Amino acid sequence: MAHDAPATALGPLQQVAGDFAADKQAFSVPWGKAMMWIFLLSDTFIFSCFLTSYMNVRISTMSAWPNPSQVFALHLFGQDIPLILIAIMTFVLITSSGTMALAVNYGYRRDRRHTVMLLCATAALGATFVGMQAFEWTKLITEGVRPWGNPWGAPQFGSSFFMITGFHGCHVTAGVIYLLITAKRVASGFYDRKGSYETVEVAGLYWHFVDLVWVFIFAFFYLW
Amino acid sequence: MSDAKEGQQHPLAVYLWIWLLLFVLSTFSYLVDYFHLHGMLRWSLILLFMLLKAGFIVAIFMHMAWERLALKLAILLPPLCLLVLIGFMAIEGDYTFLTRGAAFLR
Repeated sequence: MAHDAPATALGPLQQVAGDFAADKQAFSVPWGKAMMWIFLLSDTFIFSCFLTSYMNVRISTMSAWPNPSQVFALHLFGQDIPLILIAIMTFVLITSSGTMALAVNYGYRRDRRHTVMLLCATAALGATFVGMQAFEWTKLITEGVRPWGNPWGAPQFGSSFFMITGFHGCHVTAGVIYLLITAKRVASGFYDRKGSYETVEVAGLYWHFVDLVWVFIFAFFYLW
Repeated sequence: MSDAKEGQQHPLAVYLWIWLLLFVLSTFSYLVDYFHLHGMLRWSLILLFMLLKAGFIVAIFMHMAWERLALKLAILLPPLCLLVLIGFMAIEGDYTFLTRGAAFLR
């Protein structure tokens, strides 16, 4: 990248000023990547609003908040293991994030076979995550959790839970579809004809963001 | 640009190490719950592991560490104003709690 050499000789802020003020494209990335980042920024605000409203109702409720450690425990091997389903879901999502990062890497190496395999593995892990979430929802609904109440305490628990995990689950579902379409295009040689595999990286940005949101949901909703 | 490699290409080992690290950090944050830690210790550990995980995902998996400063600032600075929202909503939540308490006592 020849145009980097004079820019790095300037200070970092002068480089930023140059990028924004010069008569040229501000971000030296493909437009798809810049737009995906801006979309993810807006999505950050949506999820932050949900988590902030959850914080607000949890602070202001008069009744005790249900203990997530017990609510999400599973009876396995003759004992109650706290939060085990959520832990498995977390590991499934992190595994999928790793396979996605590798898919992007193999895409840039023009290794179509491995890219398709890794993209399909990522989509399969995402579908597994949604399946486990459907199991979790079913379990909680049979136990009497509703958006307006639950057997263990603060009624706001149900509305926060369904809103936050539901919206995240929708993102994962959309991501699985997005990844399968990308995998189909890699398999058909679409990106070889286009001459660029950067679209795979853009799909990767979306998928990593879904994992990123789960990190915050796991910390604030399930562990706090 | 013609001599440069396309997009973000980094050694496979970087991704594998970060992947492993994310597994370890997730295990740690699960263990916080498993060992029933309480109070400030629990909250600070949850926040620490959460921020480390989020940081590694954004910096390495999403390649933010290698992007130009202009993109970093444009994407990473705006979410900071959420801290204002969080602060206001925490104060508002406390106020609602107190007024509810006062109303229910009466």
